[in-house]
Amino acid sequence: MTATRRWDGLQFVAPFLFVYSLILIFPLLRGLWLSFHRIELFGDGQFVGFGNYARLLGDPIFQQSLINTFLVTLMIVPPLTVIALALALALNRAGRGAAFMRGIFFSSAVLSVTIVTLIWRFVLAPDAGLLGEVWQALGWEPLPFLSDVHLALPALAITTIWWSVGFPMLLFLAGLQQIPLDMYEAAALDGASPWTTFWRITLPALKRTTILVVMLQTAAQLQLFGQSQLLTAGGPSGASRTAVLFLFETAFGRWELGYASAAAEILFLLILAVTLTQYWATSRAEPRRG
Amino acid sequence: MLSLELKNVRKAFGSTPVLDDVSLNLQAREFIAFLGPSGSGKSTLLRIIAGLETGDAGEVWLDGRRIDTLPPGDRGVAMVFQHYALYPHMTVRENMAFGLKNARVPRGEIATLIEDAARVLEIDQLLDRKPDQLSGGQRQRVAIGRAIVKRPKLFLLDEPLSNLDAALRLRTRVELAQLRQRVEAAMIMVTHDQAEAMTLADRIVVFNERKIQQVASPVEIYSRPANTFVARFVGSPAMTIAPVVRVDDSALAKVKLGDGTVVQTQVPRDGLPPEDISIGLRPEHVRVAKEGEADTAAKVELVERLGERSIIYGRLKDGLAISGEDIGLTDIRVGDEVPLKIEGDRAHLFGPDGTGYHRQDA
Repeated sequence: MTATRRWDGLQFVAPFLFVYSLILIFPLLRGLWLSFHRIELFGDGQFVGFGNYARLLGDPIFQQSLINTFLVTLMIVPPLTVIALALALALNRAGRGAAFMRGIFFSSAVLSVTIVTLIWRFVLAPDAGLLGEVWQALGWEPLPFLSDVHLALPALAITTIWWSVGFPMLLFLAGLQQIPLDMYEAAALDGASPWTTFWRITLPALKRTTILVVMLQTAAQLQLFGQSQLLTAGGPSGASRTAVLFLFETAFGRWELGYASAAAEILFLLILAVTLTQYWATSRAEPRRG
Repeated sequence: MLSLELKNVRKAFGSTPVLDDVSLNLQAREFIAFLGPSGSGKSTLLRIIAGLETGDAGEVWLDGRRIDTLPPGDRGVAMVFQHYALYPHMTVRENMAFGLKNARVPRGEIATLIEDAARVLEIDQLLDRKPDQLSGGQRQRVAIGRAIVKRPKLFLLDEPLSNLDAALRLRTRVELAQLRQRVEAAMIMVTHDQAEAMTLADRIVVFNERKIQQVASPVEIYSRPANTFVARFVGSPAMTIAPVVRVDDSALAKVKLGDGTVVQTQVPRDGLPPEDISIGLRPEHVRVAKEGEADTAAKVELVERLGERSIIYGRLKDGLAISGEDIGLTDIRVGDEVPLKIEGDRAHLFGPDGTGYHRQDA
């Protein structure tokens, strides 16, 4: 192939490359550039090298936000995966009832985060909320979910699970539909109990779906922001401030754009590392076959 | 001794009946083929025996025990599925062990059973592979092995050869025949391929339209078909069936074809319906005639040279489509007018309701 012909081909991808560079590559590089500068909204920046990164490593608020982020991700992803799988198993059947219930459980996923947090504020508020009334009816003291240091993150987790369960459920339903029916018939003739059938037939067949759900949800929840900002504003005393909320406050509250960009780069590397580790761990467990 | 007994089994899917009052008995160690076109109910009956479908009425007994009330795993039957249904994430060994483990067979016994079956089926080199590393024929053997190790009282084979290519199908057919010599159990094979049914089965059960049409040995099915459906369905090319008029003058029926050809059959006149009868002629009993022996003549529409013989498709003067045979290297061509010899003593007659009437001895 000649050099001219290679460049001819470029014309076909040029429009895409232009748009891609403009809205993806450029902002990415610009973010990296920002992270090496002390820069505010107005005026020229000042190159500080790794100064922003050094400052971040010593910033207890940033460290706390990272810890919060990983904690809340751990509180969300495992239960979310199990609940989505359980719902999919329960609703994987023909009939109008199941279709209706699938719609119900997926409907929360189409709501905006503002609506979701509004709903859950009504549920979680100790004085007038739904949970508070249930607690009182049982004769207990209502729990201050949104104002207790130890309950704020679990409250975020519950809200997020309720909001996000629809899509993983759909993925599991799609995975279940892929399992051939004769597999279950063979298992029935092999005298397998429902429990054995689930563990030895269904779950192994859903392995790829499960990996996908866990990886997608981990990457998504490490970027948790809206719920934290709207439900608790990161409080009380930073107990529910996530990494992205820290970014937001730094960039658009204190206008320290360079510092916030450095934090964003660190979060980006952490998410990349976690995702790659998951991918490596799961693909190693299942060697490629020819 | 009876192996399987089906008593008045009925089944409908919604308002569509698929099995109508089916009863059948299997002898011990008998190999039965369920033969019929798609949608004739044969697969549904197999699945009712296996417990994968529930009949609407009727009973299923196996070795003197009623099994239609038991779950599939407790019935003492093993099934080889059309698409094998091997568990994809288990090795061949685990696939074969799965049913035994569920039945709480001791570990040592499981190992022995698997090794024995693997040796017999020549899959002992494959025990640690997974299904996606096997060829179609190997998967088929594993599926059979998974059935054998359970030592069932009855094997159910659902179109076991339909997924194999032609050469492998012939080889596996021979292997199935050998397998049935080795196992103590009865076998039922569902198939729509008459060659499989004819070569493997002790008896063939022909299904059509929700009902059993005939239960008989392959030879009897071929030579004494119970009705026009069986006569047309078994045999290739299909039997020519044509309306005839009776012109009897002795104890054996004599009939006249539409073009005036008179055929003397060996079918007894007694019990034969007086009118609306048809004659059945297999292609091998309608030959291209030599000098002076012609009964009638046909205009040739198609010649199939099969090597050892040729099949001639033609039309008689009255337009009746008829098929006959000639030598393998025939020089007959499309459009020729050929003389035909009809072997009337091999002819079958059918009544207005389709019931078959045959010569007494054969």
